[in-house]
Amino acid sequence: MPAWVDAALVLLALTSLLLLGSSRLVACVRIVAFQGLLLGGLTLAAHAHELSLRTLLLAAGVTVLKGAGFPWLLGRVLREADVRREVEPFVSYNASLLIGAVVLAGSLWLSARLPLPAPPISMLMVPVSLFVTLAGLFLIVSRRKALTQVLGYIVLENGIYVFGVGLVEGTPMVLEMGVLLDVFVAVFVMGIAIFHISREFDHIDADQLTALRDWVS
Amino acid sequence: MIAALVLVPALAGALAYFIQSDSARRALLLVAATAHVVLTLLCWIPSLAPAAGDWLVLDALGRLFLSITAVLFLTAAIYSVGYLRRESRAVRRDFEEGLLFSNAPEPTFTACLLLFLAAMTLVTVSHRFGLLWVAIEATTLASAPLIYFHRHHRSLEATWKYLLICSVGIALALLGNFFLAVAASDHGGMPIPLVVGDLVRGASHLHVPWLKAAFALFLVGYGTKMGLAPLHTWLPDAHSEAPSVASALLSGALLNCAFLGILRLQQVCVAAGQGPFGQNLLVAFGLLSMAVAAVFIPRQADFKRMLAYSSVEHMGILALGVGVGGAASFGALLHAVNHSLTKAMLFLVAGNILTFYRSKSTGDVRGVLHALPVSGGLWLLGFLAITGSPPFGPFLSELTILKGALDLGRGGVALAYLFFLAVIFVGMADVVLRMAQGLPETGAAEPTAGESLLAILPPAALATLVLLLGLYVPPFLRSAIQAAAGGLG
Repeated sequence: MPAWVDAALVLLALTSLLLLGSSRLVACVRIVAFQGLLLGGLTLAAHAHELSLRTLLLAAGVTVLKGAGFPWLLGRVLREADVRREVEPFVSYNASLLIGAVVLAGSLWLSARLPLPAPPISMLMVPVSLFVTLAGLFLIVSRRKALTQVLGYIVLENGIYVFGVGLVEGTPMVLEMGVLLDVFVAVFVMGIAIFHISREFDHIDADQLTALRDWVS
Repeated sequence: MIAALVLVPALAGALAYFIQSDSARRALLLVAATAHVVLTLLCWIPSLAPAAGDWLVLDALGRLFLSITAVLFLTAAIYSVGYLRRESRAVRRDFEEGLLFSNAPEPTFTACLLLFLAAMTLVTVSHRFGLLWVAIEATTLASAPLIYFHRHHRSLEATWKYLLICSVGIALALLGNFFLAVAASDHGGMPIPLVVGDLVRGASHLHVPWLKAAFALFLVGYGTKMGLAPLHTWLPDAHSEAPSVASALLSGALLNCAFLGILRLQQVCVAAGQGPFGQNLLVAFGLLSMAVAAVFIPRQADFKRMLAYSSVEHMGILALGVGVGGAASFGALLHAVNHSLTKAMLFLVAGNILTFYRSKSTGDVRGVLHALPVSGGLWLLGFLAITGSPPFGPFLSELTILKGALDLGRGGVALAYLFFLAVIFVGMADVVLRMAQGLPETGAAEPTAGESLLAILPPAALATLVLLLGLYVPPFLRSAIQAAAGGLG
């Protein structure tokens, strides 16, 4: 079902843009949760012509982990740390959106020049994957709150996952599950770390973690 | 048997989490570490040539890195028994800023140590690139709690940077894996499975641009974990804030494992006739890492940070050696052995110094030779070894790399290499000699804590090995390293 694949990909790109312009952390967590659901749907739609057990399991795993698991975990962290919004990011929201649009155009341009040996399921696959990955990276470096950085990590991973969706036939399922498990544990451990940060410092601003450096003046 | 190598530490780790008795848990740690070394030794017997399907395979390269990890872990385990005994559980005062903190529970620490070993072992026996990725990410996750052993804000900061920077780096390596899958799908019909052996055999069918892109992402991704400049920023923080046992393992074993991830793809690139592409990148990253270390080591104010930057330097030397190729590849792998043993020893000795002086500042520590004669002696010896002075092992391997570079007509590379080595030698000598000589200031603790047998024997054993390797490389090790370097161009 190419139409559904395209729809999911377009929505993924739009939600990433939305994320770049959102300041309320609760909204950000919800957007990322929605992306998780989209990824589950994308997995199914991309393999709709030959639905196998492994595709179903993978889609279920992605949906449950990224659509429900992460949002629940991060929502808890949010309540514990008692923060509502990302105040004064390094790059303002308007500028972030503008940069996002430029990156999106750049991804489209770049992917037109990447010769794939076999045609992908959708022509949008590579550009959207690149864009979502870069948007995640941008979130990590341009935001202050530790929680937003974790969201950025999840978005980055989502972008990489989009690239892999078309290729899953080649890899054994145990590995797919292993990757999912690793990402889950990573986010889990980061969540615990944020919890400790909020308890230790009374804030979760990663940019204020500056005690360790060379040549303390 | 190869599965047992991974399962023994993994199960022991799970078990250690639930054992309440300290002595029983420490005994379990020692038993598991010894069992792991014995199993590793068995892998050296050719008739036992171990493989479990195409999932877990132990080739010459993996066996070399596995052996380094096993030996280091056993020494670190013995040291950690003494270390955990001296670490009080109560809330105590931090010596740098005077704030109050306590340690992470010991069961968690021991469990994470063992799981860390299991993950590193899995890295060395993975021939599927996907499994390799899973294993390397698992090493990050298992080692993060080790860095946060002393629960105060500095170690938390270090843990956070480590987790985030390495996870992002390793995520990029995952993208590299997918690129590799694209490169392997060009085989006119059936895609080549992403297994090192299959890819090397089918290398001529790989799609070259995607293979190159995959290598670049591998280098950036796993290079972050390995500590190659400019992606090394997490490394000094994590190594200086982690307890010395964990620093020794991070530096001696973990960085090698990440390097192995890059080497695996380099094997494929060489087979595909794209060796020079990867080699040039490795030389560039290697020289840059050495340059960064040469800038930050002189006048370094924290001696554990100094050791961390020295690790950046030596990872640079490894990358440079493999990048130059030929005899230098052999030298680089020999250097991996020498560096791991020496650096682990130095971190363990640094732990002794830290316990005695209660300071990581190079300005506060004076007269180590006077106050801690054995540790002080080992500290000087370790400094001589790590900076490549004869007759220690690193001298031999660094010389091999230099000779390899000159043989291949890479004069410029050799010159830069020598220059950085010289700067680092002078910089480290300044710091280390000032710490070792003179008389300790009054007010330091009694010299009983730092010189217990459990604190001295492990580093002393490593120092002996480093010295022996400098005088004589046994033929079995030489041929093993030659076999391992064979596929690296």
